[in-house]
Amino acid sequence: MFAIVDYDTGNTRNLKKAFDYLDVATVLTADPAELAAADAVILPGVGAFAAAMAALNERQLVPVLQRLARDGKPMLGICLGMQLLFKSSNEYGDHVGLGLLKGRVTALPADLGVKVPQMGWNQNVLQQPASAFKAIDQNYTYFVHSYYAVCPTDEIVATVQHGVTVPSIVQRDNVVGMQFHPEKSGQVGLQQLATFKDMVSANDFSSN
Amino acid sequence: MLAKRLIPCLDVADGRVKKGVNFVNLTDIGDPVEIAAAYQQQGADELVFLDISATNEQRRTMADLVEEVSAQVFMPLTIGGGISRVDDMQRILKAGADKVAINSAAVANPALIKAGAEKFGNQCIVVAIDAAWDEAAQMYRVYTHGGKKATDLDALDWAQQAVALGAGELLVTSMDRDGTKAGFDLNLYQALGEVVAVPLIASGGAGNLADFVEVFDQAPVDGALAASVFHYGELTISQVKQALAAKGVIVR
Repeated sequence: MFAIVDYDTGNTRNLKKAFDYLDVATVLTADPAELAAADAVILPGVGAFAAAMAALNERQLVPVLQRLARDGKPMLGICLGMQLLFKSSNEYGDHVGLGLLKGRVTALPADLGVKVPQMGWNQNVLQQPASAFKAIDQNYTYFVHSYYAVCPTDEIVATVQHGVTVPSIVQRDNVVGMQFHPEKSGQVGLQQLATFKDMVSANDFSSN
Repeated sequence: MLAKRLIPCLDVADGRVKKGVNFVNLTDIGDPVEIAAAYQQQGADELVFLDISATNEQRRTMADLVEEVSAQVFMPLTIGGGISRVDDMQRILKAGADKVAINSAAVANPALIKAGAEKFGNQCIVVAIDAAWDEAAQMYRVYTHGGKKATDLDALDWAQQAVALGAGELLVTSMDRDGTKAGFDLNLYQALGEVVAVPLIASGGAGNLADFVEVFDQAPVDGALAASVFHYGELTISQVKQALAAKGVIVR
């Protein structure tokens, strides 16, 4: 059973449908006991960083998620959910994130001849050849975002080019993030969720 | 680099996919869920569903249809037709859509664009514009209600206004070309590209491979939308993508 964090910000239904399609049972919950009992915690999210952190704080979920991640619970952040895994963001002011990954989140530059937000299908380049996510190399996934992660190279599994180099999959041990929407990225997206599921089943996050 | 998008459009009336020529003479094409799944298989980048019965006839929610499609089809879905309130948008987005397209309702009430963008983000709000060249007025005139009602709006002015209000994307149909297979209206998209910076989707007139190559090569469009050529199997998505790739257009 995977727990999808229920904090009223994010398209949880489509994620749930993708996991249904992969025969992964999910529960939408904000209950710390249910999150702790799950095999993995999925952190969705759309909208603004500060509003999402406020919604997590309101439900007292920040220390819960931090403790679970540090105790080794597999965790997958998607889109804004990925950005929340980092230390901080400067989206509309400086805001503290969950701090499970070392980088920070900042705006995509709009003066590099690309449209912001990045909205559409972009081609991934694998940065860690031994990663469990290696099948993503050269494949396209679907992005909708205006901010991106600036993080240490050892956290970056794959990237896309959009004016700047944008981390598309990040990972530190049991904490994984996807900037794209795997639930909207066709077969390739489903494959990345299936890879995460396999990592959880095997309890093996060593490939990064 | 973002790939250029190929977008089959499914006009839906009474729960079935239909297609007409110049917005009339509707013929039945098939079941929306089956057709959506087939397009995913072919490599479509996005799907647009337009409820073409909604504005003129009885209001029929697309929410159930979106629920069904989004359980089988994992790609961006845009839904339009009969969306005239923020509540309508919320229902459709919650059902699994990624974007909503508003057309007649945005013309009647431009504040709807702003209200939707503020609540759901610009990226969710597509303003669909139906336009036809008016020789006497020397402008692309905007039509509403499925092309039946002429407005006083110049499509170029309206496009700029829509973007200023928060439209994250424009889906612009040339009524002169719609269903004719005479090629996209390049002048229209070139002119729009001069005045707006949001993603621009061309619609109306796709008839053969060269039409797709031409619109991406000669107009600043991010995607091309078509119905007839795909629904009737005259072209497949992968055929079009091969033709585009051969000309150096980046496709998925």
